Amino acid sequence: MRHQFLLGLFLNLALFLNLALAANGAHAGATLDAVRAKGFVQCGVNQGLPGFSNADNKGVWRGLDVDVCRAVAAALFGDAAKVKYTPLSAKERLTALQSGEIDMLSRNTTWTLTRDAALGLNFAGVVYYDGQGFLVRKGMVKSARELDGAAVCVHTGTTSELNMADYFRKHDMKYTPVVFEKADEALHAYAAGRCDVVTTDRSQLYAQRIKLKDPEQHVVLGDVISKEPLAPVVRHGDDEWFDIVKWSLFAMINAEEMNISSDNVDTIKAKTEDPGVRRLLGLEGDKGKDLGLDNDWAYRIIKQVGNYSEIFERNLGSGSPLKMERGINALWNQGGILYAPPVR
Amino acid sequence: MQLAVVASLLVAVTWIAGNTAANLESRGIASGFGFLSSESGFGIIQSLIAYDESSSYGRAFVVALLNTLVVSAIGILLATGVGFVIGIARLSSNWLVARLAGGYVEVFRNIPLLLQLFFWYFAVLRNLPSPRQSISVMDSVFLNIRGLYLPRPVAGEGIGWVWLALLIAMASAGVWWRLARRHQDATGERRAVFWPCLAMLAGLPALVLVLGGAPLHFEFAELRGFNFVGGIVLIPELAALVLALSAYTAAFVAEIVRAGILSVDRGQTEAARALGLRRGLSLRLVIIPQAMRVIIPPLTSQYLNLVKNSSLAAAIAYPELVSVFAGTVLNQTGQAIEVIALTMGVYLVLSLSISALMNWYNQHSMLRGRG
Repeated sequence: MRHQFLLGLFLNLALFLNLALAANGAHAGATLDAVRAKGFVQCGVNQGLPGFSNADNKGVWRGLDVDVCRAVAAALFGDAAKVKYTPLSAKERLTALQSGEIDMLSRNTTWTLTRDAALGLNFAGVVYYDGQGFLVRKGMVKSARELDGAAVCVHTGTTSELNMADYFRKHDMKYTPVVFEKADEALHAYAAGRCDVVTTDRSQLYAQRIKLKDPEQHVVLGDVISKEPLAPVVRHGDDEWFDIVKWSLFAMINAEEMNISSDNVDTIKAKTEDPGVRRLLGLEGDKGKDLGLDNDWAYRIIKQVGNYSEIFERNLGSGSPLKMERGINALWNQGGILYAPPVR
Repeated sequence: MQLAVVASLLVAVTWIAGNTAANLESRGIASGFGFLSSESGFGIIQSLIAYDESSSYGRAFVVALLNTLVVSAIGILLATGVGFVIGIARLSSNWLVARLAGGYVEVFRNIPLLLQLFFWYFAVLRNLPSPRQSISVMDSVFLNIRGLYLPRPVAGEGIGWVWLALLIAMASAGVWWRLARRHQDATGERRAVFWPCLAMLAGLPALVLVLGGAPLHFEFAELRGFNFVGGIVLIPELAALVLALSAYTAAFVAEIVRAGILSVDRGQTEAARALGLRRGLSLRLVIIPQAMRVIIPPLTSQYLNLVKNSSLAAAIAYPELVSVFAGTVLNQTGQAIEVIALTMGVYLVLSLSISALMNWYNQHSMLRGRG
């Protein structure tokens, strides 16, 4: 914890020094050049959120957010393993990106106007459409509207803190906020009975529920009180880098739409006649070159990381302990809202 | 030469400031202190002044600052009290008392403060019962994992008379004390001071309260829905922080007090005893006043440490300056440089004020007339 605090302070200091000493006006391409020169992507991730980014028992990082970092490395270096991870708390994450500690942030971060416009950041497409919800003890309440007077555990540095305040105010209900530094501390406090409710994005609540001693005794309420589009983030000043991160994600979504997966990509590449597929896999046109990459950039992402459906099922869905449904995160032509611009 | 150093320092500072501003601008990061007047949108669990989600960030700053001051003030008072007792007890001629005090110092001084904080918060206070199973004292005071709920005194019509009575009682107690002092100086005879003064201070306001038809009633906390509503609530985060800070700092204060007392020549104790002063009196009237000269400077450092250590509260959800302002506000606004600068400024001003106050007291208590 102390260590955490010091890291936070260090990051702030780093930001200041960086801004104070850097030659005025970073030139375009600075981040991309630096990433190429050092040979790996420094990616900011969550310290431990099953399904999104979590180190497994061998110390390997896994999760939806982690796979986005790996996709960028696959596109850029042809090797999805060329990523170094920086686990960050909610509080430190944006400063770490602003100060140049990390090259990209893929840490269940909500895309909001303030962050996009006032903090010098760019959001590179939406990885997961989330919404804020409440985790309560079974049988306590049926709807969030019955939470008047509740003590609510939340962790700081998140949009959850503000949405919660808005929600209770809108419905003229009273609440007691108990604000912790980390998501785990908020969860433990809830488990110990310090709060009646813990609130954050619903995907996280599902992930946290399985960390509790007796998950069956707790339920995520049906209410969704906010829109939380979770997106990878880069800082201002390098549009080429921004494009690469954005299109690495779009490549995975487009691959799912075209039914190309890591299993069949080689067969498809060998005999496809579909011009859309041929463009994505680099058989036609110079789409990769336009991004400043090789033309088989998307092929490498699909081969090494997979399409969106694969990474979803592996980390959050049927292949994971979380067993989450695709819901609104299904493709646009399958009842969801997931939609990537065309590779053309 | 000195001018050149100052000039180059000024140039460097101006350059850094200008360059920082230019870089912030070129990266599209907002700057300036304008955010302080915009709406905060978040709640704070403990505030001494009126505050809600529609208040400004500036007000959230004040709330957080007051919370830091409250925990520091209580911490300093407790640490000083406990520290003096333990320090004196370490020098006790009673073997058991001296060893117990020694054990206290060694344990609390040698375990990191953050661990102690976690111990109080996670190991001790987390074992309190849920609101429904609250420990209650006469159905007016309730203790559970959410906090300690006390009745809130609500002033009614005519409470001013009670305040007046208290003022009169204080004045007359003061007069009584001076008269007793003068009497002792003149005749050497001691008059009772403590009990008559206490009777005046407690009795007079109470009498007025009863005669005035009790213009004071209490609002009791009651269990409504999930939690207790009403009354005054002391949150467990505050309790954990106060316990940890004061227990930890008291161990250092105890050593400082011990050192101070030992620095007073043994002849002073013997002289005091030879004059017929009892042990307690010789300690109070002869030894401690001289020891204070040695105690105050290091004691000041301990007070400063305590104030700064209160920032560890960010770990246990107590809403003080670092947690609320350098935490939540920093994240909502993203203006790291302004927020951190303001936070550092506050700690600097706090520390300098405490130093100034203690230095003043030190001057005041220094030996006079020794040239």
